[in-house]
This record gives sequence, structure tokens and C-alpha cells, in this order.
Amino acid sequence: MLDYTPKEYSKREALNINPAKTCQPVGAMYAALGIHKCLPHSHGSQGCCSFHRMFLTRNFRDPVMASTSSFTEGGAVFGGGSNLKTAIKNVFSIYNPDMIAIHTTCLSETIGDDIPTYIMSSQIPEGKIVIHANTPSYQGSHITGFSNMVKGMIKYLAVNSKTPNGKLNVIPGFVNPGDMREIKRLMKEMGIAFTMLPDTSNVLDAPMTGKFEMYPKGGTKVQEIIDAGNSTATLALGSFASADGAFELEKKCKVPAKVLKTPIGVKATDEFLMTLSKLTGNAVPEEIEDERGQLVDIMVDCHYHYHGKKVAIFGDPDLCIALTEFVISLGMIPKYVVTGTPGEAFEREINAMFAEAGIDGKVKALGDLFTLHQWMKEEAVDLLMGGTHGKYIARAEDVPFVRIGFPILDRSVHSYMPIVGYKGAMRIIEMISNALLDRQDRDCADEDMELIM
Amino acid sequence: MKQKIVKQKVDKVLESYPAAVFKNRKEHIVVKSGETQEPQPITANTRTVPGIITNRGCCYAGCKGVVVGPLRDALIITHGPIGCGYYSWGTRRHKGKSTGDEKNFLNYSFNTDLQEGDIVFGGEKKLRQAITEAVEIFQPETVMICSTCPVGLIGDDINAVAAWAQKEFGIKVLAFSCEGYKGVSQSGGHHIANNGLIRHIIGTGDAVVGKYAVNILGEYNIGGDGWEVERILKKIGYDIVSVMTGNGSVRQLSSAHKATLNVIQCHRSINYIGEMMNTKYGQDWIKVNFIGVKSMMKSLRDMAAYFGDQDLIDRTEQVIAEELSDISGAMEHYREICKGKTAALFVGGSRAHHYQMLLQDIGVETVLAGYEFGHRDDYEGREVIPTIKEDGDSKNIESIEVEADPKHYRVFLTPERVEELKDKISLNYYEGMMKKMADGSVVVDDLNHFETEEFMKVLKPDILCSGIKDKYVAHKQGIFSKQLHSYDYSGPYAGFKGAVNFARDIAMGLTTPSWKFATPPWKTEPMLEGSVVGG
Ligand code: SF4
Ligand code: SF4
Repeated sequence: MLDYTPKEYSKREALNINPAKTCQPVGAMYAALGIHKCLPHSHGSQGCCSFHRMFLTRNFRDPVMASTSSFTEGGAVFGGGSNLKTAIKNVFSIYNPDMIAIHTTCLSETIGDDIPTYIMSSQIPEGKIVIHANTPSYQGSHITGFSNMVKGMIKYLAVNSKTPNGKLNVIPGFVNPGDMREIKRLMKEMGIAFTMLPDTSNVLDAPMTGKFEMYPKGGTKVQEIIDAGNSTATLALGSFASADGAFELEKKCKVPAKVLKTPIGVKATDEFLMTLSKLTGNAVPEEIEDERGQLVDIMVDCHYHYHGKKVAIFGDPDLCIALTEFVISLGMIPKYVVTGTPGEAFEREINAMFAEAGIDGKVKALGDLFTLHQWMKEEAVDLLMGGTHGKYIARAEDVPFVRIGFPILDRSVHSYMPIVGYKGAMRIIEMISNALLDRQDRDCADEDMELIM
Repeated sequence: MKQKIVKQKVDKVLESYPAAVFKNRKEHIVVKSGETQEPQPITANTRTVPGIITNRGCCYAGCKGVVVGPLRDALIITHGPIGCGYYSWGTRRHKGKSTGDEKNFLNYSFNTDLQEGDIVFGGEKKLRQAITEAVEIFQPETVMICSTCPVGLIGDDINAVAAWAQKEFGIKVLAFSCEGYKGVSQSGGHHIANNGLIRHIIGTGDAVVGKYAVNILGEYNIGGDGWEVERILKKIGYDIVSVMTGNGSVRQLSSAHKATLNVIQCHRSINYIGEMMNTKYGQDWIKVNFIGVKSMMKSLRDMAAYFGDQDLIDRTEQVIAEELSDISGAMEHYREICKGKTAALFVGGSRAHHYQMLLQDIGVETVLAGYEFGHRDDYEGREVIPTIKEDGDSKNIESIEVEADPKHYRVFLTPERVEELKDKISLNYYEGMMKKMADGSVVVDDLNHFETEEFMKVLKPDILCSGIKDKYVAHKQGIFSKQLHSYDYSGPYAGFKGAVNFARDIAMGLTTPSWKFATPPWKTEPMLEGSVVGG
């Protein structure tokens, strides 16, 4: 397994080996799926759209609908205007969404297609909406694409009509529908009126009913996005995926933006709830306080399962930041943290956590799994945490592995189960604990097999 | 008769299309008639209408993903932004295992991950550097470069970079200009990959081959299919010189010209090589189908007939008998569960045909079948090739002309034997999918989401065999869906034992108790009125 990955680290300037990120459009597609009756549209050749749909479908095990401009060589040479106009016309008449959310691809970006002009000269039926976001994959990552699409929605739709709605906006970031559900539950329990944008719950975790719904019942309503300009404040959960959208709304509609970590782990969830409480004046209810108490109870009772263990974490920046903070709260040592997404802020933030906790760790943005693997060969860790691609390293180095983040292609149910909030934190502990204890059970001598651990 | 009724249903679905789409799509759909002997032409391998939710992928997917991707010992660098390489990393189940000192790069993904500056100023420098780093770290014998959409537009000369690297490092370096926008589907990429392999690899080796030496073409070892086929062929006594390209390697492929016969499994993706090797080395090819018990038997018998050696023919019968006796009980068991059901098949460029045979083996009738990127010959048979009009999109994919290689050209069959075999086996010929399909069955090219959803409603198949993008659409509708690209991570499905695996999986999907819970009991059972709890 990964037999040719040498221990000796050599600096690479050009070759990316085993990426820890993917391209912008898939993030944009995911964000657009979180709008009710919106069809994401990929402006490029059909391969990109096919790859992105395939990938999201594999992660969520639910239908992922999106259309494409189906460029051929002619489009690539002469521009994609006529393809896009034809596409818009056909999409509305065949698939009848309320809105089309166009994202670009490397191809249309390299040609320099001017999407707003194309949209303007398209036939758009009465009452229907077309928006777009530029998502060139030679910048950023799928997280950037998610962020750009959210920004695009706000740019096109949000309006401050001087009629405050008393609601909070929440941009949940690139998290699972199960996480979005959990964030909503917490806010409901706090008695807060809010709009979540986007919201893929009941879209990508839609129930089986015996009927296929092209547009499932979930998703943020277009009307709610328009009205987001009248909200009291916007909470951006995760600076990489959500901050830009929140600032766009602040710029456009004067809705103050507040950027927080993705609420993974006890500290980040505390901050989330405290912020909610401060912004609304609503107290944190007893139910939630009890959940927190349960979490801390577990943390204390089980600390010896994981305290002092070294862990390597990879994945999307917002997840890595919050998860690093959480494992430090658990007394673990986050030895290596790698994201594929570029951003100096990432390294700065993780390094600050290392410094505060006195951890001698390594961090890399715009990194790849090859680097992470080489680090792990240099000095081993006790646990690896990240998306499915990590399983090859886990096997090569015989390290226990916890699947967390995006994508998870080889296990199921993860997209339904939250990792955010106190309940999510309990689940993370369960996963970490189980992985480590399963390993102990597997490796120990017969006479050392423990019944109670 | 049935044809007319089905045709009405199909037409009704198409009527809801806008005029231009209707005009386009109706040419891609044929309802098979059992009455007429007239050919029923279908339009295929043309552009998808923009806006249509198609299942098709791109040229890069066909070249890197399908044809060159499985070559274990080739270090393939995707030259472009990150996505394309990322999505094609480990996502197709072409398994491969290396032996000896041969390297296996299947678990790695190599990319130039182009950034904005590269797009503006060109990516050649980065590509050179990437190859240099790859060679330093991995010491591969072969490097392949596959380019993605932007590369063609920014004008990077990947052929020049390949030539430079070949000289600089003294290894094989191949460049594939398989930008996604070329052609109309994956198909263009297959062709580009075929061209590269015949130009630069096949014919460069000199392995010593045994008696009954064959190459297996268009077998990608998904879920270990190729291994199961190889097991049987070896048991019979064949020497497998190379497999294109499942569990294949550049090393093996280089001596492919030494084999006597090419057997072609997936016609669409590899027929170019079959044809070119026929011209260049004199090797005949026959179309086989290793999917399905009866098709497997026929394929083995055809191969033996080609060599015409009584020992081989006897040995073939002996192996067939052995294998059959191993599986007949299990097949019968699953057939009992599956028989009488119907299926719709929508896959790639050959499986929609191959799997009809295996479904027949378990008593399942095919009511709809179509290819994602087939050409007319895959539907109607190779005889239509001269009548296929080249359009702008297909002209953009290079067709190379090869000549007989004076050193290696040899002919195995005497003209008399050719005459004798012509009607018995598919010698250098493929009959296509449609001929054997039943009256009233629907053939749809480039089936799209709208049609899938609507045809499911009117044709009511029990099983949809398609890919991941359709799978959960079907499940939500209460129809069992089996992925025929990835086999839902099961397999092998080829050969005799594979047929049992497939039958087991289909029976399992049809009978999983989960289906019974789709409707909550309170929706169907009358609720007691007026009862008082605890009263
Ligand atoms: S990297 Fe670009 S060309 Fe490749 S899949 Fe992503 S958008 Fe498409
Ligand atoms: S078998 Fe199907 S999926 Fe595989 S290469 Fe051939 S056409 Fe493509």
C-alpha cells in the first residue's frame, strides 16, 4: 500500500500527489442544492458536471441533480454564450426549477465567458431567476467554490427593504445535512427565528417515500434569501466557507457579520451559543445545558481512552481548525494538520493553537496527502482523522482511522449524523474512542484482553 | 404488435419536450420491431443538447479514466487544475496487482494542480518540473501526461514536453491531449488513448509467447472481472500476452503484437486498437462477451474454433463442463427468485448489451437498453460504419492510419479457414446490441434524467441497471437499482462464477426486506377510532 512513498521528505514545487482538496464547482453545486427548487448548472463541458454529480452522490447516497452547458470544441473556441442560452431555455421548460444557479468551470473561465451578459440576453420565464458565481478551479478549492456560490446568491438576491425581520442569518459552511439539522435544532431550542443559507437538509438526506422528487422539500426558500437583507445579523460558521457571504451581505444590506468557527467540539459550540445568546438576548435553555453537561461528563469519564495520543488531521480548513481545537480540549496532541485549500490564515490559526497548548506540531495549507504521509513516516501518530482517502495511509502505516469530513465514500449514514454541537462532539468522542480501543483489542495478547475498558 | 403500444407510450413522453429538443431526441430512440426486417437506424455519438441532464462524461474521463488509467506501471500526471485528477483517483474499480519489480501506481494521483498564474503564463514549465519531481521520487519506467480542458486553450505543447522528458530521463513519456471538450462524450478519449498506445507502446517489446497466445482487449478488471476471465482462459491453456487495460501494464502491452488473436470485450472503447493491430500485425480479432453463462460458453467455443485445434476444443468443453457443474445449483436457486422480472439498462458503451445476456440467464427480460456514449455500430452492427456520417465533433478526434509492419505482420488463418469461420464466429465483426432485442423493447441513446424518470413510470421495470447518478433516483421511486459501472463494489461478475455473484446480488436487491417498510403502517392500516388508551 503506497509502497513508493519515501520517508525522506523532498520539497516539491509542481507535483501534487494525492490531493487533499478538489475543485471549486463541486462546492458551488453543493451550495446551490441547498436552495429550494434550485437547479445547479455547470457552465462548461459535461465531464465536470458528471464528475461533480457523481462525487456528491457517492458522498450523500442521494440523487444530485444538476445540468450542464455541454460544451464541445466549438464552444471552447467561440465561447459558451449560445450553449448557455440554449441550456437556460431547456432547463426551465424541461425541469422547471424556480431558480438556476450557474457556476463556471475551468473551461469557461479560461475562455473568459461573461456570464452576466449571457444571462441578460437569455429567455427567462416570468417569475424565474438565474444567478451565477465564478468558480475557476485554478484558484482555491471546493470550499472556495461553496463560498463563492453563497456570495453569489446574496449578491443577486438579498435586499434590505428597510423592514427588519428580527431574524438571524446563519451560513453553516460546507457541512453535512445532518450538521445543518443539528444547528437548526439548537437555534430552535434557543427560540431564535433564523434563515439558514444554504440548507441541504431534506435535500441530500431526503426520506424514502416511494416517489422521486426532483426538488425535495428542503432547501432555503428564495424568498428567505431575499429577506436575508433585513436580518439582524449574519453568523458565518467557518471562515473559509462562510465569511465571504456574510461580509457580502454586510456590504450590500448592512447586516452585521460575525464569523465563528464551525461549532465542532465543546469550545466552538460554547462560542456559538454564547453568540446566539448575546445577539438575541435569549438564554441557553436547560435542555442544551444538560447536553453540554453530558458531553463534559463523557470527556472526564473517558479521558484515558485518548489523552496524550497523537493525531494527524486532514480535510477542509474549517473542519480542521475546529477539530484541532477540540482534540486539544480532549488532551490529545494534534501532531499534523493538513488542508488542501490554500490560505495563510489557516496555518496562522493552527500555529496559534499549537503555541497556546505547547504542542510541537506541523501544519500545512495547500498541502497534499503525500506530504502528510511522509510526516507520519518520519514520526508516527496514534490516530488519523479525515476523509475516505486517508484509508490508504492508515493501512500503509497501520494506524487507526476515524472518518470525518468530506468526502466519505466508503461508509454510510455519516451525512445524517451531526458532528457539530454537543451531541456531535459526543459522537466524535465515540468514534475516536472506538477506533483506539478496537485497535487495542485487536493487538493485545490474549491474557491482556480487557472486558471493561 | 407490442412495438406499437410501447411506441405510443414513448412518444407521449417525448411530446413534453420543447420542439428543438423533441426533434433531436426522437432520433436517439428506437422501439424495436419484431415484424420488420428493415434496419431501424438510431442516431448516436452526437452532441448532447445543452441543459439536458445527461449522464455523459468527457474525453479526459474516457482517456485517463477508462483506457490508460488501469495501466499499473504508468505514472499518469493529470495536467490541469485539481478536480479532474481528483475525481478519477481510485473511483473506477479497475483493480491491479503488480508482481516482481514492476511498480504499481494505482493508489496514487499525480497532478500539476494548475494555478491562475499558470493559466495566464502557460503551464509547460510546471509540467516539466512536475515530471522531474515524479521521476526523482518514483523512478517510473513510463510517464503519461493527460491534459484537461484549460490546457488546450492556453496552448501548452504537451507533446514537446513529453519529447523533452523522454530524452532527459531516458524513459517512455506519452502525451495525451484529451481535453474534456473534445468530441461529445468519453468516446473521443478512448480513441485518443487507443492512438497513443498503438503508436508508442504496442510493438516495442519482444516477450516470448506460448501456444494459443491472445490479448484481451476492452476488459478493465472492474471488481476483478479480468482475473476471473484469466483464470478460465489459463485453465483451458491460453497464453494471455496482455490485457487492455485492466490489471494491464505497459510492460505487457509492449509485446501485444506477438499474440495470435485479439479478443474484444468492450467494443466501443478499444475497437480502434483491434482494427489497427489487424492492419499492422495481421492479428484477427473476435468479439466476445464474458458476461453471462451462455455468452461465456459461446465466447470460449469461438476462441477454440478460431485456433481450430482439437485438443483446445476438447479442453474447452471439459472446462465448461467443470465450471457449469460448479455453478448450476446456485444459478438455479437465484433464477427462481429473479425470473419474470424486467430490467432497464443504461450503461457506457457495451455493458448495456453484455448484461442483457446475463439477465436472460436468470430469467429477467430487458425492456429498455441504451448506451451513454456508444456509436451506431455498437447498436446496429459494424456493417453500418460506412454509412455513418462524420460530423465536426468526430473529425476533431484524430484517426490514425497504420500500415502493415514488415517485421511483425503475419496471418494466422488461411483464406479457406476464414471462409469456414466467417459465419460461425464474429471474426473481425460486431453485430451490435439491437439485433437480438425483442419486439417492443426500447433502445435509447444518451438517455437523460427526464427520460429515465418518465420511462421508469411507463415501462415499470423491476430493476434499473445504470450508474451512481441514477441509482438513488430509482431507489426513491421504489425501484431496485444496480450499478453496472462499479457493480456496487461487488464482483467479479464475468465468467461462470461471476454470473453467480451477479445473480446473488440481483436477488438480494430485489428481496431485501427494507422495501417492505417504504410505507408507514399508519398510511395503510385503519386506525382504531375512539379507543381510549389505558381505558
Ligand atoms: S478542475 Fe476544472 S475541468 Fe476539472 S472537473 Fe473541475 S472544473 Fe472541471
Ligand atoms: S465497459 Fe462500458 S464503462 Fe467500461 S469502458 Fe466499456 S463502455 Fe466504458
